[in-house]
Amino acid sequence: MTQVISTHEVGKRYGHKWALRDCTLSVPEGKVVGLVGPNGAGKSTLLHLAVGLLTPSAGTIDVLGASPTEGSKQLSKVGFVAQDAPVYAGLSVAQHLRMGAYLNATWDHRFAESRVGQLDLDPRQRAGSLSGGQRAQLALTIAVAKRPELLILDEPVASMDPLARREFLQSLMEIVAHGGVSVLLSSHLIGDLERVCDYLIILARSRVQLAGEVTDLLATHWRLSGPRRDPSSLAADQVVIEESHTDKQTTLLVRTEQAVLDPTWTIKPVTLDDLVLAYLSNPPRPERPALGAGQSSRRPDLGVVR
Amino acid sequence: MIEFQLDEGSGVATYLQLVQQVHQALRVGILEPGDQLPTAQQVVAKLAINPNTVFKAYRDLEREGLVRARPGQGTFVVGTPPRNDPTAQARFLGSMTAWVSEARSAGLDPDDMEAIYRTAIRNCFSVGVA
Repeated sequence: MTQVISTHEVGKRYGHKWALRDCTLSVPEGKVVGLVGPNGAGKSTLLHLAVGLLTPSAGTIDVLGASPTEGSKQLSKVGFVAQDAPVYAGLSVAQHLRMGAYLNATWDHRFAESRVGQLDLDPRQRAGSLSGGQRAQLALTIAVAKRPELLILDEPVASMDPLARREFLQSLMEIVAHGGVSVLLSSHLIGDLERVCDYLIILARSRVQLAGEVTDLLATHWRLSGPRRDPSSLAADQVVIEESHTDKQTTLLVRTEQAVLDPTWTIKPVTLDDLVLAYLSNPPRPERPALGAGQSSRRPDLGVVR
Repeated sequence: MIEFQLDEGSGVATYLQLVQQVHQALRVGILEPGDQLPTAQQVVAKLAINPNTVFKAYRDLEREGLVRARPGQGTFVVGTPPRNDPTAQARFLGSMTAWVSEARSAGLDPDDMEAIYRTAIRNCFSVGVA
């Protein structure tokens, strides 16, 4: 699988404090990839490194086969909408589009104008008086009108009301359906990610806790409950992600590529929400093998990217 | 043309919900051979879901022989799902009833039997999954 982003032990330090450290991951091409993790996990830092707004203090990052700070040609291949969708409050919608046309080597003005029409934005209106949802839509329009190969969105819908959020994601999915662009977006809203993403990366403490196709992740994780027992007695292919015990009962969240055949377990599928919470609240243990344990991985806590 | 709905609390994968809604529409005659399914563009614009989810659902339906994609035109219904054979259903109800009475005389209660049934289903249908 071709990668649009690959990092190797990349890190960013501010003074003595590392915002991101030893982060190795890859983002596959042609997908909508969700990046989740707690606040402070380094998500925004990673996205800023990918668009060249920051330079790494350690390690390497490669975006579309080049360094993110390579030059203007590289910049034209990546579209970025920063957190809270910053726009120029004093400029009108039409002036934003003119600026986009002026600043970008490639610019699809027909697309930009038709999107503004579809969104019912008044071209003369100042961006400062737009609603949060409209502002984000304008920022998305500009990021997409430059026809990037990779679109990076940092918590694009975090501060929107439910309706604006839905409309924004509808716009984004229409753009994806049109083809030709890979998307990487960070969000805390797992429900949204479940709808729009086909690939998920869970990042915590700078490390990739899990990465994979959403359908594969959901098909390989199960909640088991049954009489109390020692998790080490499980079949070898069942990896315990989360466990809780009462004096009588054991409840586990396991990862396995095989069917669970033991009839003493009650087996339930997990939601993406359960899955993300289980990985975030249970730090990886060294003995936990990687997803698809047959394949070798230097990092035991790293999901194998297919 | 049909319009898809999503039930987010159902726990059923999104692409499967789309497949099931087409099945249901075919069963009750809302969709007939020759009818067009919404384009991926239309579905994602309404439901805000990943277009690959729609493609996956349509590929599954195509594999079942129910729809066919015509390049540049869209996806069209070409078949209807086969009806379940009533005599086969009667036969399996018979053998299942025999199995249940045997299990009961062996001391199993309905919950035990359901657990065994679910395990068997998983056992048979998990092949090739994941």
